[in-house]
Amino acid sequence: MLSVKHNEPMEFTEELLVKFAEIVARYPEGRQKSALLPVLHEVQAVYGWLSVPAMDRVAAYLGIEPIEVYEVATFYTMFFLQPQGKYMLEVCRTGPCCLVGAERIMKHIESRLGVKEGEVTPDGLFSWRGVECLAACGYGPVLQIGPEYTFYENLNEDNVDKLIEELKEKAAANG
Amino acid sequence: MARKLLLTHIDVPGIHTFDVYRQKGGYRAVEKALKTLTPDEVVEEVKKSGLRGRGGAGFPTGMKWSFLAKPEGVPRYLVCNADESEPGTFKDRYLMTHIPHALIEGMIVASYALGANTSYIYVRGEMMPQIRILERAIAEAKLAGFLGKNILGTGYDLELFVQPGGGAYICGEETALLESLEGKRGNPRIKPPFPAVSGLYNCPTVVNNVESIAATVPIINDGGEEYAKIGIERSTGTKLISAGGNLNKPGVYEIELGLPVEEFIYSDEYCGGIANGKRLKAVVAGGSSVPILPANLITKTLKGEPRLMTYESLADGGFQSGTMLGSGGFIAFDEDQCIVRNTWNFTRFYHHESCGQCSPCREGTGWMEKVLHKIEHGHGTFSDIDLLVDVSKKIEGNTICPLGDAAAWPVASAIRHFRDEFEWHVTNGRDAQVRNFGLAHYADPLEPVL
Repeated sequence: MLSVKHNEPMEFTEELLVKFAEIVARYPEGRQKSALLPVLHEVQAVYGWLSVPAMDRVAAYLGIEPIEVYEVATFYTMFFLQPQGKYMLEVCRTGPCCLVGAERIMKHIESRLGVKEGEVTPDGLFSWRGVECLAACGYGPVLQIGPEYTFYENLNEDNVDKLIEELKEKAAANG
Repeated sequence: MARKLLLTHIDVPGIHTFDVYRQKGGYRAVEKALKTLTPDEVVEEVKKSGLRGRGGAGFPTGMKWSFLAKPEGVPRYLVCNADESEPGTFKDRYLMTHIPHALIEGMIVASYALGANTSYIYVRGEMMPQIRILERAIAEAKLAGFLGKNILGTGYDLELFVQPGGGAYICGEETALLESLEGKRGNPRIKPPFPAVSGLYNCPTVVNNVESIAATVPIINDGGEEYAKIGIERSTGTKLISAGGNLNKPGVYEIELGLPVEEFIYSDEYCGGIANGKRLKAVVAGGSSVPILPANLITKTLKGEPRLMTYESLADGGFQSGTMLGSGGFIAFDEDQCIVRNTWNFTRFYHHESCGQCSPCREGTGWMEKVLHKIEHGHGTFSDIDLLVDVSKKIEGNTICPLGDAAAWPVASAIRHFRDEFEWHVTNGRDAQVRNFGLAHYADPLEPVL
């Protein structure tokens, strides 16, 4: 569901604005709305999710109505409308991966992290969910972690445990 | 030894870089096309090749190109469909990861043929690593003078950009893809008008799959007639098959069209047979949207003739006893897999991915998912099975885009060929509720039978 706090306007960083301008330049004059999906990805990469103030600011930047941003953010599954864990583990749950044990992996992740699909661990580090076919069916089960969508394939209980430990260490090292 | 046209140099270290790709003969097709052929001559070569759309529909690519409207003063666009989302399919990811320049080179050749000066590669958002790889490859090609203004001094300008999707299978449908490229929800448009007349920004547009575009490179290098020498009937050239499921050697294989299906499954040169010493139970040969076939019907037609990996042979028998080559997403099910559970899984996928515009698809996929869930978990009735067939028939043909059909066919074909499994779930309700992480009750290869 959309976040309720509308009343805080926000400004984007200079770095983001430079990126936005580069993106808009890819399209013909007057067609800057085509930049919407790439821009939303850039915003989510920085903030981790899309708040309503952020979406309103994107709308203002592109010269479109806020509803035009909301309707896109709610349609495409990659956009989060609520904060997630620092590391959101997205596991493929479609047929071919299930033939090689994806459902078992998801149950393992659920018990390892101690949270249900879509919930965030108390330390804010992890959340997980099943997603649809990630186009890696020969290397399943697979999972990906945004915003760069690093890919992990041929999953089993051991390498999943190892991955979670590595991510915990990485988070601790970066403070 | 089977010929390879796309993956010839896949094992050369550094083939993903411009320098090594160029060294191995890369960008010769651009030179040949831009310096020695007119755009129409390039289209002619592709027509002669018999290349058919490699994304799944199999529509003749040269014919699609020739439909492009060419009104004066209106820009034309080539958009590459790299939204690979059809369950079972992963060949485009493979190509873009390991030989991105094959796609870039194909984009330049195809854009030139179509008279496009700005082209886009629409990549599904989840493939961020591939987006980065393509952006890097485009920068390399531009630095070397193969993109930008006045390419190779021929006066041809081309800018190439990568556009990310946002996580939506429906954006693999060409008009939904264009809607997404325009910054909107991925709702397919009614056709006609076709993109060739009114596509991106209402301008004449051609949308082609990654592999189709990459195939134009060998077609220009060796000529369309050479390409057409490979294959059988109207299935010419080579195809990338994404093999997954319960196989010894899953992965992407480039095959010559016409390879016997049995050889593809069992030969060590390809999938190496079924994993864990199991027997083959069923195959979905071309991505989840094509009819599922039992083992006996995938290796042979109903008439007993060996099936070949071609558009025609796989479709032999129509919906009664055949399937389709589709995207080439080849999924093998061993004897322990539950067809009912997999059918529910695929239907859940289509329900999740439905854009919601048409009632038959939006409501029908949800309805089928609920009924399949009921049957899978032991609460189904015999009339539920007939209800599923009825609902699938009411979706088929009644939707704006093919997603409705794609959702209907797996259900209809699973019941047609595996009705006994559905009926088993009805008569053995209590056993059907015992689950081992989603594998079949017949036996679980990883844990003891309960």
